[in-house]
Amino acid sequence: MNLTLKIWRQKGPQDKGGIVDYKVSDISEHMSFLEMMDVLNEQLVNKGEEPVAFDHDCREGICGMCSMYINGEAHGPNRGITTCQLHMRTFKNGDTIYIEPFRANAFPVIKDLVVDRSSFDRIQQAGGYISVNTSGNTQDANSLPISKENADLAMDAAACIGCGACVATCKNASAMLFVSAKVSQFSLLPQGQVEATDRVMGMVKQMDEEGFGNCTNTGACEVECPKGISLDNIARMNREYFSASAKG
Amino acid sequence: MKSSIVKKYVMALSGLFLMLFLFQHFCINATSLFSSDLFNNISHFMGTNPLVQFAIQPILIIGVVVHFIMGFVLELDNKNARKIGYAMNNGAANSTWASRNMIWSGLVILAFIALHFVDFWFPEINTKFIQGDWSGAIEGVEGYRYFTELQHKFANPLRVGAYIVAFALLIMHLLHGFSSAFQSLGANNKYTRAIKGFGKVYAIGVPVGFIVIALFHYFNH
Amino acid sequence: MSTISSKVPHGPLADKWSKYKEHIDLVNPANKRNIDIIVVGTGLAGGSAAATLAELGYNVKSFCYQDSPRRAHSIAAQGGINASKNYQGDGDSNYRLFYDTVKGGDYRSREANVHRLAEVSGNIIDQCVAQGVPFARDYGGLLDNRSFGGVLVSRTFYAKGQTGQQLLLGAYSAMNRQIARGKITMHNRHEMLDVVKVEGKARGIIARNLITGEIERHSAHAVVIASGGYGNVYFLSTNAMGSNTTAAWKIHKKGAYFANPCYTQIHPTCIPRSGDYQSKLTLMSESLRNDGRIWVPKNLDDVKAIREGRKKPLDLTEDQRDYYLERRYPAFGNLVPRDVASRAAKERCDAGYGVNATGEAVYLDFATSFERYGKEQAKIHNISNPSEAKIMELGQEIVKAKYGNLFQMYEKIVDENPYKTPMMIYPAVHYTMGGVWVDYNLMTTIPGCYAIGEANFSDHGANRLGASALMQGLADGYFVLPYTIGDYLADDIRTGKISTDGPEFEAAEKDVTNRIELFINNEGTHSVDYYHKKLGKIMWDKCGMSRNAEGLKTAIIEITALREDFWQNVNVPGTATEYNEQLAKAGRVADFLELGELFAKDALVREESAGGHFREEYQTEDGEAKRDDKNFAYVAAWEYRGKPSEAVLHKEELVFEDIELKTRSYK
Repeated sequence: MNLTLKIWRQKGPQDKGGIVDYKVSDISEHMSFLEMMDVLNEQLVNKGEEPVAFDHDCREGICGMCSMYINGEAHGPNRGITTCQLHMRTFKNGDTIYIEPFRANAFPVIKDLVVDRSSFDRIQQAGGYISVNTSGNTQDANSLPISKENADLAMDAAACIGCGACVATCKNASAMLFVSAKVSQFSLLPQGQVEATDRVMGMVKQMDEEGFGNCTNTGACEVECPKGISLDNIARMNREYFSASAKG
Repeated sequence: MKSSIVKKYVMALSGLFLMLFLFQHFCINATSLFSSDLFNNISHFMGTNPLVQFAIQPILIIGVVVHFIMGFVLELDNKNARKIGYAMNNGAANSTWASRNMIWSGLVILAFIALHFVDFWFPEINTKFIQGDWSGAIEGVEGYRYFTELQHKFANPLRVGAYIVAFALLIMHLLHGFSSAFQSLGANNKYTRAIKGFGKVYAIGVPVGFIVIALFHYFNH
Repeated sequence: MSTISSKVPHGPLADKWSKYKEHIDLVNPANKRNIDIIVVGTGLAGGSAAATLAELGYNVKSFCYQDSPRRAHSIAAQGGINASKNYQGDGDSNYRLFYDTVKGGDYRSREANVHRLAEVSGNIIDQCVAQGVPFARDYGGLLDNRSFGGVLVSRTFYAKGQTGQQLLLGAYSAMNRQIARGKITMHNRHEMLDVVKVEGKARGIIARNLITGEIERHSAHAVVIASGGYGNVYFLSTNAMGSNTTAAWKIHKKGAYFANPCYTQIHPTCIPRSGDYQSKLTLMSESLRNDGRIWVPKNLDDVKAIREGRKKPLDLTEDQRDYYLERRYPAFGNLVPRDVASRAAKERCDAGYGVNATGEAVYLDFATSFERYGKEQAKIHNISNPSEAKIMELGQEIVKAKYGNLFQMYEKIVDENPYKTPMMIYPAVHYTMGGVWVDYNLMTTIPGCYAIGEANFSDHGANRLGASALMQGLADGYFVLPYTIGDYLADDIRTGKISTDGPEFEAAEKDVTNRIELFINNEGTHSVDYYHKKLGKIMWDKCGMSRNAEGLKTAIIEITALREDFWQNVNVPGTATEYNEQLAKAGRVADFLELGELFAKDALVREESAGGHFREEYQTEDGEAKRDDKNFAYVAAWEYRGKPSEAVLHKEELVFEDIELKTRSYK
């Protein structure tokens, strides 16, 4: 198939940037979206032009590196997948496809489609862990039974890949889904109780300082999340925050 | 107040309070459909009872103002969180119009409240607090004046039209606002489905009720 | 040829590690504060090592090329992690885990290392649970296990199909705790481009900031390489696009021996290639083989009909199908180790029985399991005389609960519903058992330079068992290196800060910048990928699932020629002082072009078949691998001497005191 691509090009963080049109032809429907981008880049390199910079790594939907806003949606029109899992069979011959970086003040553009998501790391550093030393002398793993229901819910929350689609999608560029997934994972497990108060207060504070917007419960994040992280996690975090605030 | 989650709580709590107010307002107005006396009596009670006038009324005003100001603060914050927008954004793919446009439905409702104040509340304040007339009586009418005033106002088709537009947007506002308030407060549990269902009934039922009352008086005065 | 010392402590196997730990030198907490350690890579090994070393009090500088440590490719491991907890009471023990690993590795691993691995395996699970890793649990709230290829017990812990992700996020959270405390300085989007040796010891690295292009000098008292394997030498593999051998190869060029490069694992259950544009291959957990049966048609006519779309796999009756693993290996059936399963698939496809257009695919069929589980469920739910459809439905629900995400992933990629039609699978390069040679302390032949995780050669011999990579990465990082590194650093407590102004740093930096300038100014004709794909094809065709002397010799000639061509004609656009992925890739491919040659050379020298290394000349009459314990029970450790062709072989003889060397049989 033949396609017209409208891609955001930006030389560096200070550059203004803008949309540039490209044509690609003979794209197989079995290609992944990123393989189509590879074809474009190979063309550009051979023409002596600069290839389009984009983040990608595992190409199997788990590392969370790929981050394209395709035709107005994070990771493109399909559900439950990352950009690297999007296949060209989703598109038709002759389509025009907009490709933009994930946008938020807290995700500044580095180059073209590559953005800086280190704000996510800083939020995790503000409490997204359980303080346990790796002595090898912790208690036996089975000495602490955890109900299957909570273990499964914790796993569902922990499935977050930190790609930032929630932020990119949210009209407010809010990071609540991301933050609440981590808070929920630990709040559902007995191991996480000890530091629960500091965790939620610290992570939310950092989230606000990074310049993410406020959640207005549009639910867009849940729809676009490649791992289907549930809005229930946000509600759970709101509860956790409330009880943490009450404790002071 | 700096925390984004606290802002959410404030928005949710003031919203819930306003919904409660709206519901009682609706119930009182609804009496006008079948009994002008009942409507008059309740209106007079609400208009003259000191508890309502000096305790609940200020709280209500604070509620409205807080909800409005916080809504604006949130909107500004949120607009600022993404200074460079998308060339192509397909919001409809993942969220409802109502949820994305709370500020617009809110502003229309605010404009309506202004109209409502000009229509009812300012004259009330003028009569009661400036002229000192707490009788609830008016020349040429037997009994209380409230029902007659109501009928007069709804005689104007423009006003009724504005009323309908405002309440249509209120439906939008509540369709998102009702369940959203519960989500913000973390009241998300096994009753979530019921809350959402009830929210829909409320969000559509109450504003439609107000519209029906307006139309009723327009056609029956 | 010289021999090298593995520094394995004396004494009975089971006591070696605990005795050794008790006697090695320690660094006191006050002194640890004055010691810096560089860790390159933030996967399970690097992440856990950085966190633990920082926790002990060392100043850690961590490097990864991704934008966050959480994205290291350990995250993609699906199936699980082994530990000899014996929670299932099925007879598991440290010894059995040790034995299975050595046997699975075709008796080409170092006994003492493997036993240590088995000993600490249980601690890993304890540690991870304490960190909040949400392992799967049963209804009683206790940890659940599944079984994996090549073993007879259920010892694999898992977190849905995302075990690697959860373990990595556990290590990442431990790192975050130390980053917040200021004990780890994290350098994201940085690539190590050389190691710096001062007076013979590893004292720092040269790294490139991938965003600004800046070349940076970093010093430390020890350097830990945890940069993963070199599977991307094949271009197509299940590795991440950025996975590379550069860090490991740079230390090799500075004096670290490289061991057994020819041991490569080809994973049997990957999604087949669909065309030439393919950029990477996707693995599906081996756990699928627990419930799936692998087959190809018995008759070539049926194969032809299927390829042309005239027949569907479901049209074939049972006796028209060849369940070749069950036929050849009745004892283990579909659960034979990875190398055996992969080779068997290749054997069938080479014979013309491949079932897709490329001729490189076999079926993985769950129909039998749907039926078996369905009947079981019907009994449990007291459904008498269930219809066939009902049985299928009930059975599919069970399979969905177990592998739902994998089935979903398959459908997304292939666009076929695996509940309705058998999956198609084909082997793909997945893991490299070979790597930097290390002694018992995990130290390379450069003093002060360590290699852990997949980057080293250590524990898996010639073939790795499923769910053992995660175990090894975390064992090295959490429980082995933090002890053994103290033994070396104890001598460094008076050294003080290492300056980055010395001539050694200057020289190393100059080498790095020269090379980058060479790429940028080359203005050649072909893209980096052009060369990478060519290299990959040579490797897959001649150094892939089976190898022969003639092919390997040709490969060496071809790779040498390709390398020369690369340096003459590669085209790297852009500049050196910006984000430039092509430039980063060029450096990685340059190193693969050297490693590929050493790989072929190693495969040529090893005149036997062992695990992932199958030499066509050395096989039994029925096509099984034929080991030569008399002449090849050694680790081939290669010393760099200017270029791969000049590499010198050092042998570490493998001594098996506790295990009798047997022909590996899964029949």
